[in-house]
Amino acid sequence: MDSILSCFKDKVGEVVLPGDVFSLDLSDVENNTVKSEKIICGPGLRRNGDEILVSKSGILRHRSPNLYWIDSQQKRYVPAKGESVIGVVTAKSGDSFKVDVGGSELASLSYLAFEGATKRNRPNVQVGDLVYSQFAIANKDMEPELVCIDSCGRANGMGVFGADGLLFKVSLGLVRRLLSPQSEIIKDLEKLFPFEMVVGLNGRVWVKANGIQKTLIVANLLESCENMTPQQRQALFKRVAEGSL
Amino acid sequence: MRETPLSNCERLFLLKAIESKKRLDGRQTYDYRSIKISFGTDYGCCSVNLGKTRVLAQVSCELVPPKDSRPTEGIIFLNLELSPMASPAFQTNRQSELLVTLNRQLERCLRNSRCIDTESLCVVSGEKVWQIRVDVHVLNHDGNLMDAASIAAISALCHFKRPDVAIQGRDVTVFGPAERDPVPLSIYHMPVCVSFAFFQQGTYLLVDPCEKEELIMDGLLVMAMNKHREICSIQSSGGIMLLKEQVLRCSKIASVKVSEITELINKALENDRQARKEGGKFGFVESMPKERITALKREESLVEMTDVQETADQIISKAAAGHEVVPSPVIVATGTGQVGEGLQNTWGLDEEDEEEESGTKVEKRGTGSKSEYACLPVSVFLH
Repeated sequence: MDSILSCFKDKVGEVVLPGDVFSLDLSDVENNTVKSEKIICGPGLRRNGDEILVSKSGILRHRSPNLYWIDSQQKRYVPAKGESVIGVVTAKSGDSFKVDVGGSELASLSYLAFEGATKRNRPNVQVGDLVYSQFAIANKDMEPELVCIDSCGRANGMGVFGADGLLFKVSLGLVRRLLSPQSEIIKDLEKLFPFEMVVGLNGRVWVKANGIQKTLIVANLLESCENMTPQQRQALFKRVAEGSL
Repeated sequence: MRETPLSNCERLFLLKAIESKKRLDGRQTYDYRSIKISFGTDYGCCSVNLGKTRVLAQVSCELVPPKDSRPTEGIIFLNLELSPMASPAFQTNRQSELLVTLNRQLERCLRNSRCIDTESLCVVSGEKVWQIRVDVHVLNHDGNLMDAASIAAISALCHFKRPDVAIQGRDVTVFGPAERDPVPLSIYHMPVCVSFAFFQQGTYLLVDPCEKEELIMDGLLVMAMNKHREICSIQSSGGIMLLKEQVLRCSKIASVKVSEITELINKALENDRQARKEGGKFGFVESMPKERITALKREESLVEMTDVQETADQIISKAAAGHEVVPSPVIVATGTGQVGEGLQNTWGLDEEDEEEESGTKVEKRGTGSKSEYACLPVSVFLH
């Protein structure tokens, strides 16, 4: 029996553009010629009646059994619940901090949402500091809210960081590639020299290596990884490793 | 939208980098980012890329009555605009401080330096003069808008041609480009702005600051100069004290940079002139490099070919001999000949595809590059 998703299956891995339509012919389902299936639309896809519209340009991806999304080279971040981001504290207001995460609105971060913080014991956060934190609330119509603790009240790697080192912005697609468990970019980069890195899903990357020169090299390499094939990247990294610095 | 705030760590890092004579993009202290000047299909349309900063200048002209104080001089009108497209921090219809500063500096650089012969723009004294309007649009903001805007404006002015006019008594005739060739403006010299950013109360100096460097600089010195080493304007902002030696040093650097940039502008103008004369391709579309994102490209699928040859040989040896039936030629009409029935292949070759697929076990594999794998296409001829 043919699946209703066959129109998707042909397009997986291909470039789609906003306005592309996947129409699902429901008359076939009623006639029992095809099996009806559930489908989960990820970022860039949205349902409009009987059809599914593409709303971002990029590559259609699929994960079994029925998850489809679009891998785009977007730069603008839209907050989503549970995502870990790097924010810049822009103001202290009453009992919370206002944090810039690159979204359309500033996020708020309560001063109690740090490990070990109490009403008496306020965390030491200055304006301009970097915080690695997670979205607890991210709704369309509400101010997003960040926390620096997990559900058990532990910092779990979150909190204020980055006394020195360099912060820069890359596209959201590159950040996702960096964060994927078997990221080849990271593996290649690790071979060059040791460095520390914090990657936020909002496209911000913080790096620190031994010395300014090396930090700059890591930052520039990561930025240039955006539009390179694995072969080009390896060739570049090899050149750097051989000491063209 | 607000501007993205600068974090303490960026500020500290940049200052430390400047102290050790390093810059974010690997430039030296006195280096410019790469400058690209391209012209549109129309005269007087110029786009300048200074690194990631992009500026578009468009020159237009109009016949207007002159100012009462200067009845024999044409009018030059300069207008710079910051659209939200350039940076989310810019807002439309708002006179920001940056906008006023840039407009004023551009005016001082181009109008007050009298680089354009305004008297040649007079058509009828006291009645009709040409008004030359330069619109500069910032398309992307990555620092040093002033230099990019001044290069774009002067290049566009040099590129511009106004319609020819003829005066008979009191009648003014304006000729279209088809009737008479348009005339270029007469330009005496080409002033170009060079920006210097100062850090740590003037201890460190950088040429062509990028956006992040502009955010942390203490002071800015913009110097407009032409290739004859004549200073057309100097503007210092940010309120830092500069020593006489520092200003002199800046003027020396500026003279070198200006001669380089002027040469680049002349070369770009000459290129465009050549292309137009030869009837070749010109305009923005031609000057745009074809950029593609290749990192998300799908990998080539690999096909196992280890035992293809043997399997193919086996199949050939086992396969039954092809149909011996050779259709006899048909003569439809005198002077024609036909074999078979058209469209359909009747040579008995139609099962080739099936056999190839089932017989040679063509496997699609994911990534992994072992030596015995080779890339598609694989074709095995059986007959």
